[in-house]
Amino acid sequence: MIYADNSATTRTKPEVLDKMLPYFTEHYGNPSSLYAFAYDAKRAVENAREEVAKVIGARGKEIFFTSCGSESDNWVLRGVTSKLRDKGNHIITSCIEHPAIMETCKQLEKQGIRVTYLPVDEYGSVSVDDLKAAICDETILISIMTANNEIGTIQPIREIGAIAKEKEIFFHTDAVQAYGHIPINVDEMNIDFLSLSGHKIGAPKGIGALYIRSGIRIDNLIYGGGQEKRRRAGTENVPYIVALGEAARLANEHMNENIARLTKMRDALIERVLKIPYTRLTGHPTNRLPGLCSIVIEGIEGEALLLNMFNEGICASSGSACSSGSLDPSHVLLSIGLPHHIAHGSLRLSLGEDNAVGDEIKIAEAVEKVAAKLRAMSPVWENGKPVWEE
Amino acid sequence: MYSEKVLDHFSNPRNVGELEGANAIGQVGNSKCGDIMKMYMKIDENDIITDVTFKTFGCGAAVATSSMATEMVKGKSIEEALTLTNKAVAEALDGLPPEKLHCSVLAEEAIKSAIADYYKRQGKDPGKLGLCDGNCENCCSHNK
Repeated sequence: MIYADNSATTRTKPEVLDKMLPYFTEHYGNPSSLYAFAYDAKRAVENAREEVAKVIGARGKEIFFTSCGSESDNWVLRGVTSKLRDKGNHIITSCIEHPAIMETCKQLEKQGIRVTYLPVDEYGSVSVDDLKAAICDETILISIMTANNEIGTIQPIREIGAIAKEKEIFFHTDAVQAYGHIPINVDEMNIDFLSLSGHKIGAPKGIGALYIRSGIRIDNLIYGGGQEKRRRAGTENVPYIVALGEAARLANEHMNENIARLTKMRDALIERVLKIPYTRLTGHPTNRLPGLCSIVIEGIEGEALLLNMFNEGICASSGSACSSGSLDPSHVLLSIGLPHHIAHGSLRLSLGEDNAVGDEIKIAEAVEKVAAKLRAMSPVWENGKPVWEE
Repeated sequence: MYSEKVLDHFSNPRNVGELEGANAIGQVGNSKCGDIMKMYMKIDENDIITDVTFKTFGCGAAVATSSMATEMVKGKSIEEALTLTNKAVAEALDGLPPEKLHCSVLAEEAIKSAIADYYKRQGKDPGKLGLCDGNCENCCSHNK
């Protein structure tokens, strides 16, 4: 099997697992306990905090562990809007954010917060001019993802951060897909809050973090005990925090070589699959996540595509309606201007560290085979061409 | 999660392709919703469906229900074929996930649409048979 769905989740790295396991059965003390037995756990948590911070040029005290990326997103949106309610009630985000942002924004709208969803161009990029135009006196937060999970486009984070700083508005970025994969520096990019998740970088599912710039106070999402400097209650998930720290350290250490290797494989994969007629790339051609190849293939449907890919031994995903359980294809594919019937044929192939050189060729061959099989049985494909009625 | 039978019919669909000499052809669904099912039948003078094939643009469940539906009506009379319900197709596949039940509706509609086409070719009024308006919102169970 070739696993080409690393944007969905990654395999926990064996060295990460080795590092976390002793914190279940040996160093199982509660980091809040006062006796020496618990110090190992406490030290491990603080060490992990430093490692997580280093990846983005932050300081350990600015990292707060959460249960997942979605919690981090929820915390910052809810925490900022409730804390700064007196200052303003307007936030700006984009129309291609992850559901953790989109659905939280919808909830906030019900509570009277005004939300501007910036449009994106055909590549999925937010326009800095659109952002400037959307800012008003009431704006208290800008939340734009670092890189998109479906099409891989990297947003102009540095430019957005500069504008936010100039206008004195908080800037949050959901970096779940980008953290540990591409360089990010919270100081240079003027990022005030950053969401990240462990299972996208070789740590287990169920651990995330929120970076909060030193000196900024927002309301808590989870109230209770005094953990995480009284800002996120709940006994620390010590083994998973240790895992996140180790995964962050490894991601940071190997980032440059991973970028070089994955970009090369990705581009070879893209070049090959785009030779299939009536197939196009989604997202930006170059300014995209190193391992992510996302395409739409006309005349076939994405879920059928990915199930057939699995029959060929390859794990992939799709933004088609049928894979989401609704009638509409993903909001991201519609936002970049794809018509419904073409967006239904989407396929996302995301390479990661475990992929061997040569996988990209095997994946491309499988896409070719499956596309030919499905087109042969498609009523909207005739004589080598799509025949759309609309 | 799909049943073994759905995965089997999806991976190795029966009766795929166009049917030469078909005298009944029906198409339902639309590309906006992401499901189009086209059914071809050969119906003899005794109103028996002697052969049936399909072409489908759609998800795994759409392909599997098309495949199963063709198996279930092959060799049957028109009358029998018209009694085939989406529920029966779904049951024959050992069930479908709730959000995929509309695919079995599509299979039932595709059969009716082909038979309606046959009636028209015979100069008979198909009445309300096979009146898929292509608007999935009207009969889809998976939209809100």
